[in-house]
Order: sequence, then structure tokens, then C-alpha cells
Amino acid sequence: MSSSSSGFFSRMNFGPKTLAIVIAIFLIMFLAVPVAKVFIVAFQDPSTGAFTLINFSDFFNTSLFRESFWNSFYVSAVSVVVASIIALPLAYFTSRFNFGGTVIIQTLGIVPLIMPPFVGAVAMQLLFGSNGSINLLLDEYLGFTIPFMEGLNGVIFVQSIHYFPFILINLSAALANIDRSMEESALSLGSSGMRLFRRIVFPLSMPGYVAGASIVFIKVFDDLGTPLLLNVNNMLAPQAYLRISSVGISDPMGYVISVILVIFSLFAMWVAFLALRGKDYATTQKGGGGLMKRDMKPAEKIGAYALILFILAIVLSPHIALALLSFGTIWSFSVLPDAYTIAHYKEVFSSAGDFIKNTLLYAGMAATIDVVIGTAIAYIVWRTKIKGRKILDYLAMSALAVPGVVLGIGYLRTFYQFDVPFSDIPLANFWLIIVIALAIRRLPYAMRACVAALQQVSISLEEASESLGARKMSTIRRIVIPLMTGGILAGFVTSFATAAVELSATIMLVSSEADAPIAYGIYVFMQSAAGRGPGAALGILAVIIVALGTYVSNRIIQKANAKNTMTTDNH
Amino acid sequence: MSQKNKASARAKSARAKSTSAISIQNLGLSFGKTEVLKGVNLEIEPGEFFSFLGPSGSGKSTLLRAISGFGPDPTGSIKIGGEEVTGLPAWQRNVGMVFQSYALWPHMTIRKNVAFGLEERKVPSTEIDGRVDEALDLVGLKHLADRNPGQLSGGQQQRIALARTIVVEPRVLLLDEPLSNLDANLRVQMRRDILALQRDLGLTTIFVTHDQEEANTISDRMAVLDKGIIQQVGTPVELYDQPENRFVASFLGTANIIEGEVKDQHFIAENDFKLPVDTSFTGDVHFVVRPQSVTISENEVTDANAHIMQGKIEYSEFLGETVRYSAKVNGHSILADESHLRGNKIIPNGQNIWVVMTKDQVLLLDK
Repeated sequence: MSSSSSGFFSRMNFGPKTLAIVIAIFLIMFLAVPVAKVFIVAFQDPSTGAFTLINFSDFFNTSLFRESFWNSFYVSAVSVVVASIIALPLAYFTSRFNFGGTVIIQTLGIVPLIMPPFVGAVAMQLLFGSNGSINLLLDEYLGFTIPFMEGLNGVIFVQSIHYFPFILINLSAALANIDRSMEESALSLGSSGMRLFRRIVFPLSMPGYVAGASIVFIKVFDDLGTPLLLNVNNMLAPQAYLRISSVGISDPMGYVISVILVIFSLFAMWVAFLALRGKDYATTQKGGGGLMKRDMKPAEKIGAYALILFILAIVLSPHIALALLSFGTIWSFSVLPDAYTIAHYKEVFSSAGDFIKNTLLYAGMAATIDVVIGTAIAYIVWRTKIKGRKILDYLAMSALAVPGVVLGIGYLRTFYQFDVPFSDIPLANFWLIIVIALAIRRLPYAMRACVAALQQVSISLEEASESLGARKMSTIRRIVIPLMTGGILAGFVTSFATAAVELSATIMLVSSEADAPIAYGIYVFMQSAAGRGPGAALGILAVIIVALGTYVSNRIIQKANAKNTMTTDNH
Repeated sequence: MSQKNKASARAKSARAKSTSAISIQNLGLSFGKTEVLKGVNLEIEPGEFFSFLGPSGSGKSTLLRAISGFGPDPTGSIKIGGEEVTGLPAWQRNVGMVFQSYALWPHMTIRKNVAFGLEERKVPSTEIDGRVDEALDLVGLKHLADRNPGQLSGGQQQRIALARTIVVEPRVLLLDEPLSNLDANLRVQMRRDILALQRDLGLTTIFVTHDQEEANTISDRMAVLDKGIIQQVGTPVELYDQPENRFVASFLGTANIIEGEVKDQHFIAENDFKLPVDTSFTGDVHFVVRPQSVTISENEVTDANAHIMQGKIEYSEFLGETVRYSAKVNGHSILADESHLRGNKIIPNGQNIWVVMTKDQVLLLDK
């Protein structure tokens, strides 16, 4: 027995190492190289190939680009402000009061995330545009209109509605983690009211707020789909896309913009990191329990409910508008559509079947790649002693700093010169490249889910297996993977749901409509007035796919948590 | 009942040939630059119930894990039944380890948990069922075979962990603080059950604990560890009565320890604390005496076989069966335990008393 198993043993050390190398090559090929390529081209003279800063000076000497840069910055910053205005009262209600509306607020925190902003953007114009329902009503009864959707306003409005939950969730978590005794000690030491808020509550909740705000900033800054669908092109991401798709992949401006997008992403991540570093107050106290809560007086309650319902109406408006658009016959210069029909859905099912099929295929494959690589990296980093294993972790996580547009441009530039084996299609035009782009973009999230799942598995469960005679591979197969299943599935579903509605990298890489997924289909339909109905129907389908995915993954996580409460031990 | 006896008889006969001695020579182990075990030498007899006792961070669990094949590679040698095991992975050592957290796999039933090791050993499936039943019978939990670990109490999980380990007939049984997650009453019961099972199987067993009462009651012999070094090895009584150093004396029970030196057949400490001692030794020593060997007298006494010194009651603690006095004698605090009988009065603080220490109860430990 010992001779045969010693052979296996030596192979065992070889196994994870080989796997680590294969994953490293994959990440370098499809993440590091394309991004590096983008940076190189941005700093390269287009004709001579020498190092130069001329592209950057060209960029800042062109008024359109200066304007785009300023607009992107302005839209992101104002979106953070508007999102904060929506999120702050909600966080305040849940953390300060014993309040029945908390459930509604928690729902508010998820609903917008189920739909990416670009999907509802066009429908929002029909509700809030200059000739939209709300302004028609305002004009008729009050004699004035509000330019909700004019130019940059529209982008800010749509983005804030969609991304405020990031602030709400982070801030609520920070507030919930402030131990009541913190507040009570301050009270007993003579601090109260605004002073207590300013000196205790505010500093303790600040890291959570900053983390949430920086996520919102960067999501808005990087987003391509929303401005594109609202036809606001004088922003950075749309400019990058338009330069590459109209001028061509040799035009350096798209690369310069990409470099700026990456730098801003890194900057925002750095700010979030600084905000949270060493401020993990929550874990130092057991129990938490949140701030002191009191009951609301009836008048306060009415006010709070009114505000929450108002916000709820706004938050749900993209969904409502999209539903109306998808069922409406003609909707123009009127408060509501003229009549209702299911024709758009029929059309979608008869003509847009490919979009749906492609979406399921791409998102399914991307999510599979993500959990396989995620699980492997999790195991390699946390359970082996392979040298340089942390690099894999960092490499995979660095995808967070790469906006979809940048990855898309990088792929086009890197892979158009290679052909798919045994054919003359450039690799950049091959549908599989879309799958890989989706997988790379979702990998950090899936990997976090897998790491969390692995950390739930106490090492002593693996040691028990080994001490009973099971080799490493047997232990992984019989103990580790089964116990990680819940987390892996949750990671799969999250990856799947978000990949299903990804637009920014996809739009760069789709080479023919037959290869396009749903997000691209929505974009194409929404381009024409006649296509809006079917586009909205497709949007509703996408929302259903994502909502189901989110629901399923939440259920899986809950179930896994309930079942595996015994998994972690208390050394 | 007869079923159970038969099972244990079978298990015993299987074990009789497999129970093994453990021999550890010059073992060292480091986590990075921190040395956690230094120069460990230890011989454990076949069939012995042996304990590693020490405070947390003493290296006792690390030593146990090194024997079972976990943790960083040690230097030196570990032999089980004469076979060198250092360098062997855990799954080739055939060493049974019971974890502090029990480490039952939550995704498998109890039966599956216990069958696991047999399956890994490619035992024919026809045989597995019978052996699992036997093992579960041995710990008295056969009726829970189809439950999931989460449905069991801590004590039951502990027994299953034990059954899962002994079913594979390991060469030695290693128990890592197995009782620390149980409540006090259950701990006493479980301790007796583990000992009975060990005697029944005759299996060489190492038991890691930081609880001296646990170690004292269960062990044939034990090793006291501190700072990665074995301080002393012996039976519980030997260690308590003949501690070789200050650490062992103070870790096992309570001891009055006074630092000083022996000169001209006298023990001399600070503040004119001076007692005649019958030794030719000279040099620095610890003067050690257990509180129960010290009596407090309210009247002056004379006894040639005792050290008698005058002092003052500093404070007293009423503990029920005893009263613990702290007496101040020449600036040194000395604890004395007086057993308490109904109606006994407690001597008030500040009262002058005489401290009496029978000479043969005093130990002088070389520094």
C-alpha cells in the first residue's frame, strides 16, 4: 500500500501547483495582457510606436474630451449626492426607530439592484422626460415642468435610483454594528443629542458610508449602457466606445479614456480601502445590537411612511415604466399608453429567441468558469503552501478595477490578430471571447463567495478525514467540496444573474447579432421607436432572470447557513 | 448487553496486537521563527493512558498534532510501534485523532461519518455495516445512526467522534481537549466513560488538557509542558508531591513558594525569614509548601517536627469545606487551608497567630 500511495503522494504535490499555473496563465492571458495592451497603446505614438504622452495631451486639448471628462466626473459626483439624499433618511429610520416600515426599506435596498440601469433608461424617459407622464401632468395641473431627464440630469436620475442601495446597505450595516454600549457610555459621560451624534455615531458610521459612496461613484463613472441608451454621448465611457466602434481600434483616444477609467476605479477602491482600513469596529464587539431605538410618534410615523412610499414609487418607476412600455401599444405624448397588448412578448419570443438562448449559454458558461476557478483559487490560497499563491488572489481581484469598456477594448486590441484555431475568424470576434470577458468581470464576486464557503469549513473537518486515512484529493472530493456546495452555488447564481445583463464589455465584443445576448438585444431594440416595445419586453425577461437568480442565491445561502452551523468550530 | 460485551471483546482482541508504544526523541518544531517545541523526549508505553498538561500556548496541542501528522514538519523523531512516522502524511499514520470540536461532518449521517475511515481503507462494504454497528454500540449510541450530527447534543457528538476514530482500529488514540466543550457534569461522566473504553480496548492513548483535575483523575502518567518544553513526566501523585521545579509546583494545585537561599543549614529569605533546614546543600532555592500542609494556631505551640513562626492574619476566604487564610509572616504571605467543621469560627483579620508547617511537608527546590 505504501509504495503505490507514495507515488500518488508525489503526484499530489504536483496537482495543485499545475492547477495554479494553468489558472495564472488564464488570468494573465485574458486579464493582465489585454489591460496592459490598453495601457501600452495609450502611451504609444500611433505611427512610430515609441513611448509618448502626446495622446494624453491630445485628449486634454480636445474640447469634446475635456467636456466628457468633466461630465463623467460631474454626473458621478452628483449621483453620489442624490443617492445619499435617498439613502440617508432610510438608514436613519431603520437604525433609530422601532418601525414597521423597516421591511419595506430592506426591500427597497434590493429592488433596484435586480435591474441594471440601462434596461429601464428609455422607459424612464416616457415617465419623466419632457413629454413624459409626470411632466404632462405637472404642466396640465401646475403649469410647469421639471427637466428630470434633460441631458446629464437623466443619467444622474437613473443612476442614483439604481445605485443608492450600495450606500443604504453599507451605511445600515455600519449603523447596525455600532454597539448600544458605545452610545450609552457617551450618554453616561454627559454627551447627548447632536454632540453625541457628531462625536460618536457619525465617526463610527463614516467608513460604511464612504465605502458605499465610492462604489456608487465608480459604478456611475464606468457605466456605458445608461448614457448610451439615453443618447448622452459626451461622457467618457460612451466616447471610448464610440471612438473604437466608429474610428477603429487603432485610434488612441479610446485607450487614453480607458487608462483614465482604470485610474479612477483604482482611486475609488483606494478611498474605500482607506475608509475601511483598521476601522472594522464591528468585529471587535460581540452582540452589536445597534443604536438605541425608540417608537415613533403617530405624526412622525405618517411622515416617515409618506417619505418611504414616495421613495418607493421613484425606485420602482423604472420597473413600472418598463412594464408599461412592454405591454403598451403606442405611448407618446400621453400619460399612459393608448392600449395594452402582449404582441411585444410574442415578437420577442418569435424573433429574439437567439438573444435568450445566447444569454443562458454565455452566462451559464461564464458562471461555471467563475466557480471552478474561484473554488480552485480559494483552495490554493487558503489550504496549500504553494509559493506565490496570494498573487492568484490579487490577480483575480484586480478585475474589479477594470471597467467593462476597458476589458472590451483590450480584448479587441489583443485578440483581433489571432484567429480561432482551424478557422479564419479573428479570436476577438468569436462568441467564446464574450463568455471569457463575462467570466473575468464576475470572477471577483464568485471567488469571494467560494472563499467565504471554504472559510466556513473548519480545518479540523479536513484533518479528521486525513487522520482517518483519506488522502488530500479524497478529502477535497468527499468533505471540502460537499460542504462548500451552498456557497459555490450562490456564487454561480450571482455570477449568472449579473453576467446575464452585462452590457459594457459585451457591446464591444458582439460581432454579429446572432451571437448577441439579451443585454445587447435590448440596446439594439431601444435604438428605434418601433423597437421600444419588444425591447422593453426583453428587458422584463432580463429582470425576471436576474430576480429569480437573486432569489435562488439568497435561498441557497440561507439554507447553507442553517445546515452548516455546526461546520465552524470555536478554537 | 451481551452484544456489547461481544463487540468489545472482538475489538479488544483486534487491538491487543495493534496497540503501540510511542517514542519521541529530540523533537523540535517552529511556526516561522517562533519555536513552539524544544527538545522533547518522551516514551509512552503500550496501552498507557498518558496526558499532556499545560497552560494554553505551552505546545501541548502542537505536540499532539505533530504525532498525528498535522502542522509544520518537526525536527527529531517520532516512532509509533517502532516505526518512524515523521515525514509520513496523516493518512498513512493510522493514528486516531479526536478533535476538540469533534469535527463531525455535517453533510453526512452518523453512520456515514463512522463508516468513512473504513471506506477509505477499502474495507468490503459487507463488513463495514457490522463494524460501524459495533463501534456505535461501544459508545452506546447505535440508535442514533441515521441522525445528522447537528441533531445531537455535545456529549453525543463527542461519543460519535470517538466511535468514528476507534472503528478504524488505530495504533494509538489521540484526544485533543475532548471535554472542553462539555458542561461540568457531563465532563466528569464523559471522562469516566473514556477511561473505561480505553481500559477495555487497551489502546495507547494521549489526552491533551489544560485542566489538572482532568489529567489527575484520568492519567496513568502525564507530562507537564510549559513554553514548548516538557517540565516533568510522572504519575499524577509523583508530580504533585515531588515537583521538580517552580512551574510544576505552582501549576499543579496551589503552593506557597518563597524564594531564598540555603546557607549553613538554614533557609533564608527577605525580611529575616529564616528557618533551620536539614540539608548540606547551599545555594538559591524555592521553599515550597502546600496550603493544606500549613496549619494556623491561635495559641503558641511547640513541635520539634514543625517550623513554627509567628504572624498575623491578612485575610481569609470561606470556601465551604475549607477556610483559606493568608497569614503575613515576616513580610511573606503564606496560605493555609483549614478544614471547616460546623460551628468553627473564622479568625478575624489582624489577629496574631502561629503558622505551623510540618517539616516533612516542605520541599526545597533547586533554582
